[in-house]
Amino acid sequence: MQTFDLEAEGLRKLNAQLHAQSADTNQTVWDIINPKGSHAIAVGLDAPIEVNVRGSTGYYCAGMNKQATVHIHGSAGPGTAENMMSGKVIVEGDASQYAGATGHGGTLIIKGNASSRCGISMKGIDIIVHGNIGHMSAFMAQSGNIVVLGDAGDALGDSCYEARFFVRGSVKSLGADCIEKEMRPEHIAMLEELLKRGECDAKPEEFKRYGSARKLYNFDVDNAGAY
Amino acid sequence: MKDFDARGIPHTTPRQSATFSQDINSDIRRAAATGIYDIRGGGAKRKVPHFDDLLFLGASISRYPLEGYREKCETSVTLGTRFAENPIELDIPITIAGMSFGALSGPAKEALGRGANAAGTSTTTGDGGMTPEERGHSSKLVYQYLPSRYGMNPDDLRKADAIEIVVGQGAKPGGGGMLLGQKISDRVAEMRNLPKGIDQRSSCRHPDWTGPDDLEIKILELREITNWKVPIYVKVAGARPYFDTTLAVKAGADVVVLDGMQGGTAATQDVFIEHVGQPTLACIRPAVQALQDLGMHREVQLVISGGIRSGADVAKAMALGADAVAIGTAALIALGDNDPKWEAEYNELGTTAGAYDDWHEGQDPAGITTQDPELMKRFDPVEGGRRLKNYLKVMTLEAQTIARACGKNHLHNLEPEDLCAVTMEAAAMAQVPLAGTNWYPGKPGSGY
Repeated sequence: MQTFDLEAEGLRKLNAQLHAQSADTNQTVWDIINPKGSHAIAVGLDAPIEVNVRGSTGYYCAGMNKQATVHIHGSAGPGTAENMMSGKVIVEGDASQYAGATGHGGTLIIKGNASSRCGISMKGIDIIVHGNIGHMSAFMAQSGNIVVLGDAGDALGDSCYEARFFVRGSVKSLGADCIEKEMRPEHIAMLEELLKRGECDAKPEEFKRYGSARKLYNFDVDNAGAY
Repeated sequence: MKDFDARGIPHTTPRQSATFSQDINSDIRRAAATGIYDIRGGGAKRKVPHFDDLLFLGASISRYPLEGYREKCETSVTLGTRFAENPIELDIPITIAGMSFGALSGPAKEALGRGANAAGTSTTTGDGGMTPEERGHSSKLVYQYLPSRYGMNPDDLRKADAIEIVVGQGAKPGGGGMLLGQKISDRVAEMRNLPKGIDQRSSCRHPDWTGPDDLEIKILELREITNWKVPIYVKVAGARPYFDTTLAVKAGADVVVLDGMQGGTAATQDVFIEHVGQPTLACIRPAVQALQDLGMHREVQLVISGGIRSGADVAKAMALGADAVAIGTAALIALGDNDPKWEAEYNELGTTAGAYDDWHEGQDPAGITTQDPELMKRFDPVEGGRRLKNYLKVMTLEAQTIARACGKNHLHNLEPEDLCAVTMEAAAMAQVPLAGTNWYPGKPGSGY
């Protein structure tokens, strides 16, 4: 295992070393100590490595991640795992706003709560939140899944496209064109797999599914009041 | 029409209202018929003070000129010298502005790459991501980082020669975009992760940062992902050029791209295009002032766009302090957009050559702003590339001609002192003297 003291050695050296790892690297496990809320930790990774961040992180930790597993043993700042393509990011604590924003793939697991705009403009990522999510989450979400074991704030899924949202608790309000949808057997099966992937102690039957009513897909002046 | 009425009293000449002009009345009738605002492409069509309102003084007893065709006048420019390991070196200071695959056909994007390559300059992606054809045909490609993040991925980010964070666009400062369903082919839909045939909205602001402090961190992230190799541009609309330039520089930009209201768009509301933002001419001096106040003029390069049409425009923008310019609409015209040879078809669409701006509808007779396979066949990317190369070369020659006449051996040596203005407005905006005077409105110490 490689141990990297971020405070002592600096961000540039860390990301350069992580970027240098190839698919067949022997340095598969990295421990980053003293992150102290630094921004842009472990961004742009593209190798099947495991990075453990021992503390809380600032903005954009694991941004644009591919293949790697980034495990934050603390809370995460804004934009964690933004635009993730593949791999896995786990946050043991809470995550600030825009978690998983625009993510194209991979799995983001947040063991605590996620703040506002979780999954904004997501494009295929799966986000599993053990706690609650804040307002305007999944705004303009295109595809992928959000699983929330707790409650969702105001305007869930506003102007969303084909993304799915599974919420176990309450939803304060739904955004424009977002509706509750039937949980069919294929959704139960999908959610079961997501819950397993997210190490969640919950049953699919406890959740409700939300998604787009698809009424705003093509601009219609009669819907202008909904925009 | 008779000259007299039944009583023999002369008719007055029918008089059109300047307020309720025929144009305005047609807008009202259209709105009344449809219940929805007009969406179109292009930039502001209203007349605003522009480069045409400036003149070069040329050489005289106190300034001697350089010999045309004999004495060298350099045109090269390097963009991104502040932080990037690999700045972009261009042979000419005229770049191709961001235009998306989706808004434009694949062959049109290829032609832009071919033309830019041949002329020694860069081209730019747009909303929707980077296509292999575009990367393949553009030796210097700037990858736009847009609010929608359609098609954004780290692999393409690392293939780019520069990254342009788009904060605003001159045609619509503060506005997003809309690609109507009829232009969403299978390929466009796949690149944008959305179903085919739906209207694709592009966000007006970035999803994961707000404000200048966040922008600084976003730039840090992008630099870390690309290992500090490529320049990072920040593109802003001509809204608050002094403050936006200042904030972009403080956030760490290598290059500021400033797009005035004549800059085009693929599609937005006509009311937005015509009524939001400042003319390009009004934006340059405040931006240059911001760079000078920060001690960053020429350290952070300034690229100006929005209504650049000729070598004279290029030279004037550079004399006012720009390091380079970008063209979009002019490049499309060079490719063949709005060509009179398609007049009959423009008429069928209810318009005429030169006025066609429904680029969002995908019915472009020239086969450029469309995804219709049949229309696209009309456009030859090799020929289009050749035409763009020719146009860029002519613009460069024109700018050199003017620079030599002003005694300059590099386009960058042009300066405000080489200019005068023919209108009060242009004098005030460009901060160069009104022709025949040593004064411009707002000149320090002038009392006005």
